[in-house]
Amino acid sequence: MSSIPLNHAMILAGGLFIIGLTGVMIRRNLVFVLMSLEIMLTAAGIAFVAAASKWGQADGQVMVIFILVTAAAEVAVGLALLLRIYREWKSVDMDEVSQMKG
Amino acid sequence: MNMLFYTSAVIAVISALLVITNTNIMRAVMSLLVLILAVSSIFYTLGAPFVAVLQIIVYAGAILVLFVFVVMILNQGKEAQILERKWIISGLGILPLLLTAILLVEFALTLASPVAVSGSTVLPKAVGISLFTDYAVGVELASVLLLAALVAAFHFGRMPKPSEKDDE
Amino acid sequence: MQSLLWLVVLMPFIGSLILAVFGAFMPKKTAGVIACAAIGLSWIMAMMILGSLSHEHSVVSAVAYPWINLTGFIVQMGLRVDALSAVMMIVVSFVAFLIHLYAAQSMFEEDGYSRFLAYMNLFVGSMLVLVLADNLLLLYLGWEGVGLCSYLLIGFWYKEKKNGSAAQKAFIVTRVGDTALAVGMFIIYIHLHTFNIQDILTMAPQVWAVGGVTITTVAIMIIGGAIGKSGQLPLHVWLPDAMAGPTPVSALIHAATMVTAGVYLIARLNPLFQMAPVAQMLVAIIGAATLLYAGFCALVQTDIKRVLAYSTISQIGYMFLALGLGAWTAAIFHLVTHAFFKALLFLSAGIVIDALHHEHNIFKMGGLRTKLPVAFWTFLIGVASLSALPLVTAGFYSKDAIIYASWASTYGSVWFWLAAVVGALITAAYSFRVFFLAFLGDQNHKIDKLPGGLMKLVVSVLAFFAIVAGFIGIPKALGGFEPFEEFMSSVFKPLQLSPDKSSLSMQVVLMLVSAAVTLFGIYLAHIYFKKRALSEAVAHSSIMSRIHSFLLSGMGFDLLYDTLLVKPFKALAYGNKDDVLDGLPTGLAGIAAFGNRIMSALQTGRLRNYATGIILGVVILTTILLLRL
Repeated sequence: MSSIPLNHAMILAGGLFIIGLTGVMIRRNLVFVLMSLEIMLTAAGIAFVAAASKWGQADGQVMVIFILVTAAAEVAVGLALLLRIYREWKSVDMDEVSQMKG
Repeated sequence: MNMLFYTSAVIAVISALLVITNTNIMRAVMSLLVLILAVSSIFYTLGAPFVAVLQIIVYAGAILVLFVFVVMILNQGKEAQILERKWIISGLGILPLLLTAILLVEFALTLASPVAVSGSTVLPKAVGISLFTDYAVGVELASVLLLAALVAAFHFGRMPKPSEKDDE
Repeated sequence: MQSLLWLVVLMPFIGSLILAVFGAFMPKKTAGVIACAAIGLSWIMAMMILGSLSHEHSVVSAVAYPWINLTGFIVQMGLRVDALSAVMMIVVSFVAFLIHLYAAQSMFEEDGYSRFLAYMNLFVGSMLVLVLADNLLLLYLGWEGVGLCSYLLIGFWYKEKKNGSAAQKAFIVTRVGDTALAVGMFIIYIHLHTFNIQDILTMAPQVWAVGGVTITTVAIMIIGGAIGKSGQLPLHVWLPDAMAGPTPVSALIHAATMVTAGVYLIARLNPLFQMAPVAQMLVAIIGAATLLYAGFCALVQTDIKRVLAYSTISQIGYMFLALGLGAWTAAIFHLVTHAFFKALLFLSAGIVIDALHHEHNIFKMGGLRTKLPVAFWTFLIGVASLSALPLVTAGFYSKDAIIYASWASTYGSVWFWLAAVVGALITAAYSFRVFFLAFLGDQNHKIDKLPGGLMKLVVSVLAFFAIVAGFIGIPKALGGFEPFEEFMSSVFKPLQLSPDKSSLSMQVVLMLVSAAVTLFGIYLAHIYFKKRALSEAVAHSSIMSRIHSFLLSGMGFDLLYDTLLVKPFKALAYGNKDDVLDGLPTGLAGIAAFGNRIMSALQTGRLRNYATGIILGVVILTTILLLRL
């Protein structure tokens, strides 16, 4: 049904991944970093689905389900940590949390 | 079908860019929502209807709601926006941008040659069979992972009693 | 006899070893007894060996075992006693025995008592090896041994920095001389292929031309070694500072024995010097210059031991002068008498110093006639002998022999005679100046510590010999009783006299002149002492005070060496502190430190930066993979 070239799907996946990467690198607010992580995970999912579609197997989609599970777990823990950090440092600046420096 | 794919792709990229460059947290979360919806339609065009729906239910329905809750708890007002603008400008260091550029270039080089292939739709039934026969262990592990995440999130998110002084 | 000879040398070493190992565990009295017994036994055995020498057996030699045994280079440990080394052996062991008795009592209160006695014994052993060795390498062993012990003993009170510096100065300056001696030994070996002294002396005339370059070079190198050890110009600068050591050390090492090693060396190798007249003349010139130099410097010193140190330098100058004139016997004769009266002077000065609680300044002494009578009379005898008081003192006979030789020898000239006579005048002047200032007058000092019985005995014995020892060399003009000359004739050729200057009447005239000079010198010292106000005024006039400070500093030799040698060397060493070779390990450390600084800077503690780091790694990996494909 879909005759989309694999290439294009991969390009899309890669592009989204890079955008997420950039977001992780340049943003100082923890919430944004977590959101950029989500973008990266989604991009990986696109790649999996495209490959699964090419070979006609279900493995890619199963992988996407697992990615989903992981993303949920990670977001839960990550946001809980974010709330703790906010309670301690009274800000969501990532650069405040740098006591391990040196 | 192809048109849907390319449109969704463009919307996805634009909303991703909006996510990472926004100064307002709420707007960023909303852009993330748009991204998820776009990705869902991309999944559908790539012949994966099951994950498309799952994406909306889990991602947009659970994870994003979680984000919204936390953003509401943080309750950052207008001054946060000004702070964000300042942070973005200071965060645009040379190295991250350089790395991004290099990655994009390499990416373009790799995927230059087209591989034309026609894909096929994979029905939910096949997914279900694969999930519960080949990857049954993975399913169990996933549930354990979710349990662990639940416990951890509960523990970290606990409000300390007034008598407790130090954190765990 | 031969094994006895080895025991003479070994006893002090054994004593030293016992004291070094067990000294800390034995009571002080035992240590003293062991030390003195070792030297005493050595002396007794030396006397027995002396008794066994006669005209038929004028030599006793003992060879122990091969010391170095390589193909083509064999050196043996051997000892040889002839008239010269017998005299040296007796003098060294006897004076050392007396000084050990003195030191056993005077150093009793010190910490490190057994260490002190161990060093002293080691010194005597090395000195005996030096004088009894039959080959130059063994002699050099003794030479270095005495140098080492001198260092150890000068710096005995090592906790005070200046004592250690004085010891270092002594060691380093004599090292310069030792190197010259070693070079001389190497040249000898290259040409003659032996270190055995007797072989050298017989082979030298056959191999080297008389007056040639090689023999003169060898002789000059040997002179270099001798002036270092004996404290002659220009390597004398260590002797006055060596007075930082305890008084028995100054008496033993820097008066009676070690400083005479140079004289012994030249006397032992005298045929070589006879083959190199230029070198022999150099010895005489050095002797004459030194005796005048040291005499003038002694005239203004305020520390009693420094006066005696310069006096030692001056008297050894006399010995060198005698050697240079070919008067070998006279030089050794003066060595013997000097050992007695100089040791006496140091030891009785030591009694005074201890009594006045370590006061060395003669201007702070005085009025000791009734308080320290033993020291008073023995010191008087000592300075009388030093000044060569006519007829009654040993110094007179030995110094007179040298003065006569300076006039009458074939090498002699009126200038040498004049130097010797002026030296005698100054000697009398400075020695009686010290005596008057330190002992006479009517000051009333508190006596801290009276001398013990053993110390009084030793200085009395030495005083006795300071008078009597001269009577073995009464010249013909006074009767002629010269057993010493006869004894030494088996080793030395007699003094060559130029016929027109050496009549008997000339001898009498010269004797009268030197007697008058001595008395005049004593008179000058007397005037200086009696008319203190006048002499103070003269001394404080600007010219005189400049001369005074010039002489007080030893005519600026220390300053000269400091500017010419010490400061440039220190500057060079300091500048070379971070040189290229140092750069290698320092550079490595620097690189490591630099790397550390960079790495520390990277640890910002910020998650963003760490994420960037990870992504950087990813980019690098993908680039590599891309390039591979």
